[in-house]
Amino acid sequence: MILIWVALASAIGVPIALAAGSEQLAWRGPVYILAGFAGIIALGLVLVQPLLAGLYLPGLSAYRSRRVHFWIGIALALTIVIHVAGLWITSPPDMIDALTYTSPTPFSPFGVTAMWAIFAVALLALFRRRWGLRLRTWRMIHIPLAIVIVAGTVAHCLLIEGTMETVSKAVLCALVLAATIKVMVDLWRKRTLRGESP
Amino acid sequence: MTIVVLSRRNLLLAGGAILAAGASSRLLPARADGLAPTETMSGGANNYRKGAPIVERIGKGGFWMSGTVRRAGDGAPLAGQRIQIWAHTVEGQEHEPQSHGATLTDKDGKFRLEMPQIIPIFGQPHGHLAYDSGEFKTVFLRPIMRSPKETSLEAHFVLQPA
Repeated sequence: MILIWVALASAIGVPIALAAGSEQLAWRGPVYILAGFAGIIALGLVLVQPLLAGLYLPGLSAYRSRRVHFWIGIALALTIVIHVAGLWITSPPDMIDALTYTSPTPFSPFGVTAMWAIFAVALLALFRRRWGLRLRTWRMIHIPLAIVIVAGTVAHCLLIEGTMETVSKAVLCALVLAATIKVMVDLWRKRTLRGESP
Repeated sequence: MTIVVLSRRNLLLAGGAILAAGASSRLLPARADGLAPTETMSGGANNYRKGAPIVERIGKGGFWMSGTVRRAGDGAPLAGQRIQIWAHTVEGQEHEPQSHGATLTDKDGKFRLEMPQIIPIFGQPHGHLAYDSGEFKTVFLRPIMRSPKETSLEAHFVLQPA
């Protein structure tokens, strides 16, 4: 049980620690560094989300897992705001190119698409009760967007040459993909077990 | 100062270029309009500061930006053309004045300017170059280094009359 938590902490902590030791940091200003680490932390949060959604984290009840999943989702949206705002301050024309899908960097459209998906999910999660969204409808929106978020985030991160060390970054991205695939498969199985039409 | 860098990479590039030239000449009939002008690259003009001074080198140097400037159509080398160069380097960010400088092409249309080591910014190690002197159409380039460890970068201009 503790092993899973240790594995999770190191899957997220090791890449952050290695990035903190990157020589690139010497040539960056504080705002750019903050923006970069907000992005790395966001990637870590994207790993936690499917683990919470699938109730894979030991010691957390289903209720607690859902609550934590909600709040981490909100935190994820906030880290993305910091990431984008910091990069905007660092180099406004590059950020504008990215947001308008005219950037020469291949990773930008993936990141920007994931960003909009994250904002959409966070907004719906905050207001879904007020807007009277049924659980079934909510899931039908959230699950495809979650897939967009994960795929976009992983592609975005893998294509970037930045402060992250390549192996630890690839491992973290692989874990994000694996956790997401597992939770999707489990959801599918539960549905078919309950005899619902897919 | 070495002028000719005879590395494995350059040889491979040269070989590749010869092969590509051979292949394309076989695939395509000779084009009547000749050498096509270089298009401005997306993001090429980002953090441009008009009128960077002509300098011996930018900052403390250690990194070489080089290339050629030719005329569209006949491909004749263009001498004395002012090329402006800037990048995020170990000595400053892209928008800062000390990261900018300019140089002139020689009689063979070649230019070469020493500058501080380029480091990745916005996820890619890249430089910026501009031809913006009026006689020909303005072109902004944004070449990418294959690895942040490389200590040189090339960019080539084919200009058309403004």
